[in-house]
Formats: sequence, structure tokens, C-alpha cells
Amino acid sequence: MNFILDYYNYWVVVFLMMAGFYIVISANNLVKKIVGLNVFQTSVFMLYISMGKVTGGTAPIVAEGVTQYSNPLPHVLILTAIVVGVATTAVGLALIVRIKRAYGTVEENEFENKDDAI
Amino acid sequence: MLEQHLAALPIILPLIAAPVALILGRSVLSWGFATLVSGLAFIFSWQLLTAALSEGVLSYAVGGWAPPWGIELRVDVANAFVLLAVTAISTLVLVYSKDSIEKEVKAANHSLYYTAHLLCLAGLSGILITGDAFNLFVFLEVSSLATYTLVSLAADRRCLTAAFRYLVMGTIGATFILIGVGMLYMKTGTLNMLDLAGRIDLYDSSRTINTGLAFIMVGVSIKLALFPLHMWLPPAYTHAPSAVTAFLASTATKVAVYVMIRFIFTVFGIEHVFVDMGMGLILMVLAVVAIFKCSYMATVQSNVKTVLAYSSVAQIGYMILGLSLVSVAGLMASMIHIFNHALMKGALFMAVGAVFYRVGSVDIKAFAGLGRKMPLTMAAFTIAGLSIIGVPLTVGFVSKWYLVTAALEQDNWIVAALVLLGSLFAIVYIGRVLEAAYFQKLPESQGSKSIKEVSWLMLVPMWVLVIANIYFGIDTTLTTDAANSASEWLFQADAMSESKVPEGQVSENHVLEERAQEVSS
Amino acid sequence: MNLWQALEPAQLIALSIGVPFVGALLVITTGKFPNLREAVTLITAVILFSIVLAITDYTFNGIALQADVVEIFPGLGISFNVEPLGVLFAIVASFLWIVTSIYAIGYMRGHHEDNQTRFFCCFALAISSVMGICFSGNLLTLFIFYEVLTLSTYPLVTHAGNDAAKQGGRVYLGILLSTSIAFLLFAVLGTYALTGTLDFRAGGIFDDSHNKVVLSVLLVLFCYGVGKAAIMPFHRWLPAAMVAPTPVSALLHAVAVVKAGVFSILKIVIYIFGIEGLKDLATTDVMLYIGAATILLSSCIAMTKDNLKARLAYSTVSQLSYIVVGALLASSIASAGAALHIATHAVGKITLFFCAGAIMVASHKKNISDMVGLGRKMPVTFAAFAIGAISIIGLPPMAGTWSKWYLAIGALEADKLIIVAVLMVSSLLNIAYLLPIPIKAFFSKPAEGAQPWSWSETKEAPLPILIALTITSVGCLALFFYMQPLVDLINLIPGVSTDMTASTDMSASTNRGEG
Repeated sequence: MNFILDYYNYWVVVFLMMAGFYIVISANNLVKKIVGLNVFQTSVFMLYISMGKVTGGTAPIVAEGVTQYSNPLPHVLILTAIVVGVATTAVGLALIVRIKRAYGTVEENEFENKDDAI
Repeated sequence: MLEQHLAALPIILPLIAAPVALILGRSVLSWGFATLVSGLAFIFSWQLLTAALSEGVLSYAVGGWAPPWGIELRVDVANAFVLLAVTAISTLVLVYSKDSIEKEVKAANHSLYYTAHLLCLAGLSGILITGDAFNLFVFLEVSSLATYTLVSLAADRRCLTAAFRYLVMGTIGATFILIGVGMLYMKTGTLNMLDLAGRIDLYDSSRTINTGLAFIMVGVSIKLALFPLHMWLPPAYTHAPSAVTAFLASTATKVAVYVMIRFIFTVFGIEHVFVDMGMGLILMVLAVVAIFKCSYMATVQSNVKTVLAYSSVAQIGYMILGLSLVSVAGLMASMIHIFNHALMKGALFMAVGAVFYRVGSVDIKAFAGLGRKMPLTMAAFTIAGLSIIGVPLTVGFVSKWYLVTAALEQDNWIVAALVLLGSLFAIVYIGRVLEAAYFQKLPESQGSKSIKEVSWLMLVPMWVLVIANIYFGIDTTLTTDAANSASEWLFQADAMSESKVPEGQVSENHVLEERAQEVSS
Repeated sequence: MNLWQALEPAQLIALSIGVPFVGALLVITTGKFPNLREAVTLITAVILFSIVLAITDYTFNGIALQADVVEIFPGLGISFNVEPLGVLFAIVASFLWIVTSIYAIGYMRGHHEDNQTRFFCCFALAISSVMGICFSGNLLTLFIFYEVLTLSTYPLVTHAGNDAAKQGGRVYLGILLSTSIAFLLFAVLGTYALTGTLDFRAGGIFDDSHNKVVLSVLLVLFCYGVGKAAIMPFHRWLPAAMVAPTPVSALLHAVAVVKAGVFSILKIVIYIFGIEGLKDLATTDVMLYIGAATILLSSCIAMTKDNLKARLAYSTVSQLSYIVVGALLASSIASAGAALHIATHAVGKITLFFCAGAIMVASHKKNISDMVGLGRKMPVTFAAFAIGAISIIGLPPMAGTWSKWYLAIGALEADKLIIVAVLMVSSLLNIAYLLPIPIKAFFSKPAEGAQPWSWSETKEAPLPILIALTITSVGCLALFFYMQPLVDLINLIPGVSTDMTASTDMSASTNRGEG
């Protein structure tokens, strides 16, 4: 039981990761795929953020009487990763808009029949 | 000033230039500008390679923050060698792009194309030069995002779905790498690759490290299109504009192979990856399957770009096979093939692009009778095709020679035989195209009369690569020396980072013996 | 005798490869002027022959010619080393190139072929690579020129450009490239991995320290890797290559290409394995009997073929295996016979192909059944055919006698009576499928109403063709009486001797530790 409780942040991450991954694979709608991708990426952000937490540590700001700080570096890293994620989402959505214009649909099984895509 | 920041220039220059290319707006202007920038990047990387060959390692602390806290750029022989190939191909492709892009990309998107190309170049250079694991992920995404854009620029609507599929796969791959890097950071508290290498050793059999390794390997495998994870590559290469395909086929996957080499040899260490985790056998099996399955797939396609795309996946198999042999010779064969394959595939895709420029199709039927109509283009295709087959006096032969010698050096006769048998497929898929070009009559239609040779702007880069195919097939000094010192350096660096090898294991495994020799020499 | 004294000996080797290559370039540039172009071909051929003669002169005087051209891999590159066996092949190939050039001019014009410039250009390139094979100093060089030869003859095979030619070219390139990459390159790399060298050395480069099983496998790989030797079951490319114009079939697929194959096997046996070393290998006998089977089987197939060129092609497959068998008998006399057979079979078979081409040009007949009675209209052609046929069969007073004689003695010496029997049966089969052709042409009349050619319109072939086939048929006769220079040359090959009594001493003296 402790095994589950002690690592609850990882369980959340694993659940989100698998949920997102499943959506990416199974969803037929391209927008839903992008949503899944976002959930998948967010789970990794959570992984990083939660690993930066040091038990008993505070925010990493120098203050009187505080000796233990949380690790700020993962948070900084994840800022970059979020930017990357947003950019990916933007490119993905832009592609979806163009796919919608070209094929008239964003359902994968529908446009795959429209030309002999390889 | 310039000397001081040399290591950063191949990244910074295209990165700054990219928005400028967009602002320039007009097609010709941004073309000239992008070509100039890429040419400069080539000159810098040439200087970096000579510097690395003479001085060993160049370390550059970004923003003045000393490693391992700040981001470090590290140029050594291994990445300088790949960087030289990437910037050279990029410059040639840009020269080639002008006409090819006019035909295949809408006029409004021309400057976008050059912007995305420069961003992609910046990303690739960044992946190669950086010495920071997280920074590598960022550059990987910079280049990947630019790549998705490039693929989606073609006029054919199928490029959109191909780009989307590539985006989904690529993002999953990159996120896997991110997870892996996170795991490493969790255990070691550092992101600098050299620092990581030293610390991973302390937790050699830790489950976190091993999980991280697994995530990174899978992620990189997606990016480099290793066999079962290659499904994004054929459609993306087929439907992207020809110039983009020529660029990606000869650089993007190669850089991903480099990332794999870097993680295996510098970060995790060969002992951990190959001895403890047994990755060697997994990679070897996947590589051999890739060679056979994808070479076979290449023989049954009707679209020549798809043929070459499957061929690329098969050729990546050769590169992975080389490094899975775990020896200096095997790694050297991989490095040489990274360079040589860039020359072959670049020339082939450029020739195919030239055919598309004139004929408007790259179906194998469209090649009928082109041997007479476009003699220079088809001659280029023929020579580069012979190189893929591995005919002597071409670079393909040199690659194959080193790969098979490396396999035989370990008495691995089966792998050696499989490599040679696998290359027989190339005779079939290249032969089909050549047969159409030289023996079939041009179909009679009013369009066929206007088919003629393409302009010199397309021919010159194509033939530069073709001549390089022959030149480096005869005079292998440059490639061999660079690849040899690169692979020796990688082995040596690995040996230094974890020089404490338990005595008992040395006699068991010749990998370690070999490394011990490296150290003693 | 030596016209090229002014030059360094090593430069001669470069010239022997360079001259036909430059010739090929000149052929392209003079393509618009057919007379000039043909003159270039002929002059190139004559110059090449004189160079080869000069090299021969050096060889007889015991001066070793050696040249390293370029280093491709560290310590390994293209290098040339003249040795007697290569000189023998070079003489044969370069002399017959002159004759074939004369013939080709008559044939190509008489037959109104297209793309003659490409034809003569590729022809010269092929000869250039044959010279490279002749003088190759290591296996890498041999392999490189072997592949260049395959590629440069491909446009010649597919010269007609129709579906049949395309199909033939596919088989030709498919078999030759696949076998060379899958087997030969593998064997070459295996040899390199085992010994660390690829140089041709007297007595071979393998010694007792190498695993015999591995060497046995390598021997099989080498034999089949050299697909040009057309050992069954990899012989299909040779009949397929017969879609080419006849001069190509004559020089390349009776002399240059196929002989390059058996020459490679002979050279590998003598200078890589060493004749003595071959005796210890388990697969020597296996390949020997496969060779013997090829001799008999392809003779039988030849009998069923009505197309003259197809029959000659299968006859070539059979005769090539004579040389393979001679090499694998692992006896010094048999090797001498094999080397001699390269020359004698070349002269005989090229005559036969010249005749086939002459008949094609003069009467447009390809099938043997249509040639009944044709001898009276084309007496010179069919007389030459008879001479060539007798030489192939191996009856005196024709050149083929000697090589078969040495081969048979070699087989006896090696205690392989079955091989002797195979050689004899094969001679009988040769008689059965070759001699009826001239006999029926001279002495039979075509059946009433079945005359497939018009009596009044058919006449002898053009003069260049007749000159060429007269030269080679005279050559068949002359080689019978003036064999000595060739035999002398063969005796210079280390470990090979036509002298029966000396053979045991020779084998003792070339112990394999030398290399």
C-alpha cells in the first residue's frame, strides 16, 4: 500500500501518459489526436515538476531561516518543454486546418480513402 | 571574436538568419540569403573539423556559464565530421532548391520554405554540437518542427497527412527522449553528457537508469526510423517537396543515428548498453530485419521516391548494424556510411526531383525514355544508384567493405553474408528504374516533346554529389581518417569516463579487451 | 622487338589499360565520322597489341613489372603486377581485339546496326577492364575490374534495345552482379580477414595455420563468385548474352568476358590457394565434379539447340569448365593445359562465332536447320567453321589438340580417371553437335520447296568479315605448329609446368611457405 501511496505522483504520471498515448493511437479525429498528444506531453511535465520537489523544501528563494530548497532546475527545463509542446500543438493544428481545407474532413478513416495514401 | 565563438556559429548563424529570410519575402532574395548563410555554416564547420582534428575537443560554455551547470557546446571529431556533411548537403540542396521549389511549392510559401530550412539546419547543428542532454531535446524539436513544416509545403495534398503522421510519431519520439533524460536527471542530478557519463557509472544497474536508457533508445529509434518504428518515413519522404526529401534523407536521420551513437558511447557507455543490457543483439537483429524487409519493400513500390525512402530505411539498418558490432571498426563503418549514404541519397533524390521538375511525376512509368531526354540527370541517377548497390570505385563499396570487414573481424560470418545478400535487393530496385529510363520508349504525347535537361542550378549540386560519390570511393583518406579518429575517440572517451573495469570481466569480453588496448595506446 | 623501350616498365601497365580507355573517349568524340571512328578503334587495337608484346618481352627477360596506382583502403589499393598467366591472356585478348575490330566494322555496317558509337566505345572500355584483370596485382584490383567489365558489357548485351535484349540483359547483369557481390566479394573479404593481404603470391597466401574447412568454403565461394566462369547452375547468363550483336558474342562471350572468369579462377587457384594447397581442401573434388558435370550437361544441351549462337554458347559453357577442371585438378600439367586452353579455345570459338555472324549478315539465318546446303554459296565461311570446329573438338592439326592433351595427362597424373573419361566423352559430343553443321552445309541439298534462302541472292559475307575469320582459322592451324612460345610463357608461371618429369620436382620446389 505504501508502495502506491509513496509514489502517487508517478502513478498520476503513468496514468496520464498511458491515457494520452491511447488517445493518440486510437482516436480517429485528428484534433483528438492532438489533444491526446498534449495529455501525453503534460504527463512528462508533471514527472519533471514533481521530481524537483524536495521533501521539506521551500521555494528556491533565499530567505532567512530556510536551509532546504526545492530544485528549481526541472521547473526551468519544463518551461522550455512547454514552449516546445505549444509549438508542436500549433504546427499540428495548422496542419489540421489545411487538411480540413484539402479533404473536407478531419476524420482519419475518411480522408485515407480519398487518395491512395501510402 | 569569431575564433572564440566558432563552436556556436553553425547554430547561431542559421537561427538568426531564419527570420531574416522570412522578412526578405521575395523568393530570389531569401534563396540567395539562405544559400549564403548555409555556405558560411559549411565554412565554419570545416574550420571546426580541422580544429577538432588538431586540438581534440573544443568546449564552449554558452552564456559564460561553466559546465556542468551551464549548457556546454562540445565539438569533437565525431560530431564535427557529421556537421561537415550536414552543412555541405544543406548548401547544395539550397542551391538546387531554387528551381525545384518554384515548381513544387506555392509562390507565397517560398520564403517560408527557406526559413524552415534554415531553422532545420540550426536544429540539426545544435543536436550535433550540444553537450547537454536536455538541450539536445530542444534542438531535436527545433529541427523536427521545421521538418514537419517543410514536408507540408508540397502542393500535393497528401503531404499534409504525411506531415501530420510524422508530427505525431516525431513528437512521441521526442517525448520519450524527454522522459529518458528526466529519468537520468532524477538519478544523477546533472544534464551535461560528460558529467552524466561519469555519474551513471555509479548507479550502473539502477532501474531508473535502465528505464531511462530504454526510453531514450526507443525515442531515438523513432527519430532515426529504425525498422519497426519507421512507418512515418516512407510517406513523408514520398510526398514532401523533392528538395526537402533530398535534405532530410541525407541529414535528418543521419543526425538521429549520431544521437544514438552519442548516447550509447558517451553517456551510457558501451559496457552498460551492450554487456549489461544486451542492446547489441537487439539492435543487430532489428538492423538485419530492416535491411531485408525494407529492401524488399523498395523493390515492389511504383513511386520512385517511395522506393528510395524504403531504401533509406534499409540503409539506416546498415548504420545501426555497424554500431551494434561494438568495435572501433564497426563504429567506423557506421560513421563512414553516415557520410557516404548522405552523398548517395542526396544525389538520387536530387535526380528524382529533376525528373519531377520536367515530367511532373515520379512514378516509375514517368522515367520511360528519360535516358535520352535528360542524359545528365539520368547519368547522375545511374552513378548514385551504382553507389547504393555498392559497385567498386563508388562510396557504397567503401561503406560495404568496412562494414563487412568489421563483421569478419569478429568472426561474425553470418552477418557479413547477410550484409552482402541484402545489398542484392538494390540491384533490383535501382535496376527497375534504369531499365525504364534507358529501354522504354517515351510515351507519345504533346507534353513529352518539351521534356529536356534541367537547368545548371539543379545539375551542378547533383553532380557535385555524384563526383563526391566517385571521389570518396577512390580516395578514402579523408573519410577514413575522420571516421577512424572519431570512432577511436568515442571508444577512448568512453573508456576514460569509466576507467574502473572489474578485473574479472576483462577476460570474458573482448569488447573490454579492445577498450583496454585503446587506453594503453 | 620492343617498340616501347623509351618508357618505364611500370608505365607500360598504365598504358595497356589507358590506351583502350582513351580509345573509348576518342570513339565518342569522333562518333559523327564513322570512318575516322573505325580508324581510331583499329589503331588503338594495334597500339595495345604492341604494348602487350613489349610487356611480354619484359616477362620473358624475367623483369617483373609492378605498379601501385591508388590506395583505396589503408595498405590496400589498386595495384598491378605482371605475371606470365596474365600476359598470356592479355596477348590473346589484345590480338583478337584487332581481328574482331576488323570483323565488327564489316558486321555492324553489313547489318545496319544503330548506336554504333556506343557499341565501339563500350567495346574499348571492356577491353580496358580486361587488361586491368590481366595485370591485377591483388584480389581487390581484380574484383574492381571484374565489376567494371560486367557494367561496360551490359550496354553491349542490350544493344538491340528490344524486349529480348532487355530480358537477356536482365539475366546477364542479375547473375553476374549478384554472384560477384554475394559470393566473390564475400570470399575476397573473407580472405582479407583471414590473411590480412590480398596480393597474388607465388604458392598462395594461405598456409597451414588456416582452417581447412573455412578455406574449403572460400574455394566454393570463389568458384561461384566468379560467375563469368559459367559453372552450372550459374551459367544462364551466357546463353542470355547471345542477344548481343555477333562481334560481342565473338570477342566478349567467347574470349574476353568468359575467359576473364576462368582466368580469375585459375589465378586465384595458383596465386591465392596455391596448387599444392588445393589438394588438402575437401571441396576441391566437389567443384571438380561439378565442373565435369557442367562439361557433359552443357554439351548435351548444346545438341538440342537449333539456334547456332545458342549452340555455340552452350559449347562455350562446356569448354569453360575444361579450364575450371584443369585448375581444380591441382596438378601442374593440368594447370598448364588449362592456361593453354584459354588461348586455344579462344581462337577456335571466335572463329565459330565469326562464321555465325557471317551467315547472319549474308543470309540472315540464325537456325542450323536452315543452313543445309549453304556451304556451296559461302565456302570460305563454312571452311573456316569446319577448322574452328575441329580445333574445339581437339583433333590434329588444330590448336585445341594441345590443351586437351595436357588436360588429359594432368587428369591421369592426378589419378582422376573419371575426368579423363569425361574429356573423351565430351570430345565425342563436340563432334556430334559441331561437325554436322559444315558437313550438311557442304554435302546436303535443302529439301525441295523448303529452301529458306534464295539461291541467287545469297553470297559470301562482306570482305572485312572474311578477312577476320580467315585470320583466326589460320591461327587455329598455326597454333598447332608454333605452340612453343605460349608453352614457354606458361612454364614461367610458378608451380605450373608442361614437363611431365619435372612436375614432381616443381611441386616440391614451390613449397607453400614461400609466400
